[in-house]
Amino acid sequence: MLAGMLTITQALHDKIVAHAREDHPDEACGVVAGPVGAGRPERFIPMLNAARSPTFYEFDSQDLLKLYREMDDRDEEPVIIYHSHTATEAYPSRTDISYANEPGAHYVLVSTADADGAGEFQFRSFRIVEGEVTEEEVKVVEAY
Amino acid sequence: MAIEVRIPTILRQYTDGQKAVEGNGETLAELFADLETRHAGVQARIVDGDQLRRFVNVYLNDEDVRFLDGINTKLSDGDNVTILPAVAGGMA
Repeated sequence: MLAGMLTITQALHDKIVAHAREDHPDEACGVVAGPVGAGRPERFIPMLNAARSPTFYEFDSQDLLKLYREMDDRDEEPVIIYHSHTATEAYPSRTDISYANEPGAHYVLVSTADADGAGEFQFRSFRIVEGEVTEEEVKVVEAY
Repeated sequence: MAIEVRIPTILRQYTDGQKAVEGNGETLAELFADLETRHAGVQARIVDGDQLRRFVNVYLNDEDVRFLDGINTKLSDGDNVTILPAVAGGMA
């Protein structure tokens, strides 16, 4: 039994997986924004991986500023921050944990490799707060 | 000389939850030292020794200061400074 839960529509889930698939072998990354305080992911925002790397991702600094300005103007917050792992399982790495700066966000990981024998495109969600990782249940729904 | 500084969520624990604060300084280094006098703890989250932390982005009037003079970037009255932690990670 996992502690928390991420509820996400099938459409958004599929967009995240499709982005991971498209950018493979590089890591894909992005955000799903939603109304502040609602905890409901709504607006899919794929981001460019400025590192263009199979082992690292970083939002471009100018894109990052634009993204946060836009969310601020729309009273949104990053409900989901997602990225892909291309050769390891969909679990936060030490790097992911040390750079996780949004304690209110669901950190979604998608693996484009079958690293744990569970098949490709494992989709998992975590909270990362002050270095502590907690996995949560993912509930995929047709609509909110 | 008043500079408006926009604070990201993760650092609002140092500013009583305020999204923006005011500060003073001729350079970014001086500005962050000035903020530290009223918001203890915030400077170390932005600055490491005499440099900006690698995974903290600082913008002066919407320009990434890494493309200006970094922490020695000069400031003028009425400037806007925005601090945003990088969104980064990966399996490496």
